[in-house]
Amino acid sequence: MKIKIVVGTVLLGLILFHHVIAQQPPALTSKNEVGHPSRFGFGRLATTTEIALWDIDVRPDGKGLPAGQGNALKGKAIYTIKCMACHGNNDTDLSKIKPPAPLLVSDTLAKSRPKAIGNYWPYATTLFDYIRRSMPYNQPGSLTDNEVYSLTAYLLYANKILKQDQVLNANTLPAIVMPAKKLFIMDDRKGGPEIK
Amino acid sequence: MKEQKKNKPVSKSNKISRRALLGGVVAAAVLPVNSIFAKHIQTAAPVAPEPLEDPTKVIGPGPSAQGKRSAFEHPVRKFSETSSRSPLQDFHSTITPADLHYERHHAGIPAIDPQKYELLIHGMVERPMKFTLAELKRFPAVSRICFLECAGNFRGGKEDLTPQDILGLTSQSEWTGVMLSTLFREVGVDPKASWFLAEGSDAAVMTRTVPVKKAWDDAMVVYAQNGEAIRPEQGYPVRLLLPGWEGNMNIKWLRRIEISDEPYMTREETSKYTYPVKDRIRMFSFEMDARSIITFPSYPQKIMPGWVEIRGIAWSGRGKIVKVEVSTDAGETWQDSGLQEPVLSKAHTYFRHLWQWDGSPTEILSRAVDETGYIQPTLKQLAEARGTAMGGYHMNPITSWQIKADGSTWFKPE
Repeated sequence: MKIKIVVGTVLLGLILFHHVIAQQPPALTSKNEVGHPSRFGFGRLATTTEIALWDIDVRPDGKGLPAGQGNALKGKAIYTIKCMACHGNNDTDLSKIKPPAPLLVSDTLAKSRPKAIGNYWPYATTLFDYIRRSMPYNQPGSLTDNEVYSLTAYLLYANKILKQDQVLNANTLPAIVMPAKKLFIMDDRKGGPEIK
Repeated sequence: MKEQKKNKPVSKSNKISRRALLGGVVAAAVLPVNSIFAKHIQTAAPVAPEPLEDPTKVIGPGPSAQGKRSAFEHPVRKFSETSSRSPLQDFHSTITPADLHYERHHAGIPAIDPQKYELLIHGMVERPMKFTLAELKRFPAVSRICFLECAGNFRGGKEDLTPQDILGLTSQSEWTGVMLSTLFREVGVDPKASWFLAEGSDAAVMTRTVPVKKAWDDAMVVYAQNGEAIRPEQGYPVRLLLPGWEGNMNIKWLRRIEISDEPYMTREETSKYTYPVKDRIRMFSFEMDARSIITFPSYPQKIMPGWVEIRGIAWSGRGKIVKVEVSTDAGETWQDSGLQEPVLSKAHTYFRHLWQWDGSPTEILSRAVDETGYIQPTLKQLAEARGTAMGGYHMNPITSWQIKADGSTWFKPE
């Protein structure tokens, strides 16, 4: 197999060589890849520090959850200051007030509207992931991990999924089974004459 | 000169960073601030020059550094706080001018310095790597024409809707970039990997999970749109392109790809781009099913008795359009329309059908058929398959236009 090493560091060169021995890349099948070498040697290795800086995602199995913890009581205090202006007071009658951002609380399944965490979110880890990466809307990424755990705990508590004094951390969060999880099915459309 | 002055507020506004705009305000004021920003853009429409009595008697302006649309033409996107819609009724063929491409973003448009841009690919790989924009451009490049469409591209309910109002959240471009498979080989993706997370560097830090299979099929990392650098609102400097798949997955301002062996279940793929199907909620609906719409005649256009060329676009996220049928008698009978060549896979396809209108009221409709044999359904068929609470995602019903006796054309709400 022809290898073109364009980036000339010795270290990278060694890794390239190792790669070819260690792993058979999938066959170059696409018409767009005819004549390509197995590697071009463009780009550089990412450092662990660089990866850690951006790698903020959390999977349902808990992979990616940071150290730290929180609870609903602390979360409610943060919510009041940083979230309520857009998402509304979760204790208020939802039928009368429509806040600018999505409502977050609903304690009954599917039939009830609007869609909220209690009746429409299949994974609790998604809450942590989403709050940490993009909330509050006007100051995204400004919350500490403990604050995110507490906000997650409060929203789960407000949706009657978690007890008020329950501690949320990297072990307890992935263990939560959301009420709506059983409703979700993977896409079963597949083209062809059947309308689905 | 007059025109340039008019345009000034736009360039000024662009210099103010989003963060500066949002930074000093309380949360409740965020949406109104966006509105003020948007109004600045709206005032920037060009002013038509004084029409000349006889243009053959006056020397016109000479060449310039950058061309402009004729001042007599005013195609515009219709926009809200979070999206803008392409003026489909103004297009005569299938490439969307980049400044009229639809938009949907979740926390505004980030300003990214192309000199500092890097794409990180890590996770289940042999070598976690970073690529600058210049490095991405060194890889063999591929160009592809395909459509993008928001999964929530459906409006109805009243008669005075234009094609732009009904389904303006679709556009088409020629995209250029590197095949994702080429990058995946470069980092040495683990053969056991089955999913990857794509992440944007906007303030939403938008994420979606994509099957690795799509990368080996036709996914691309693109940096050009219709020959020039991608527009900021389309993901400058680099976006993910997943031909035929719902718009939201085509992550803009792409900064990171993490290879994994299970999906991440991000907010957008669980609580947002999902929809009720009877007593269940369907998730991971990636492909956009076949769809079409007649863009002429459409509301608020008016036709005259005699020959009318019915025109429109059809597309499928599953491959090529093989047929677009047109009915001019409210769905009683259907005729094959003519398809403009070349017909491309996962691309808007222009269709035309010559019709002699006798002046009597009727309804005109189109329905697309794709290469899998899928026939664009009616709203009733969709409701039968999914239940009446089916929601607004992945709705692709046949669109019907009413032609009144006076030649006026109106959307037919169902």
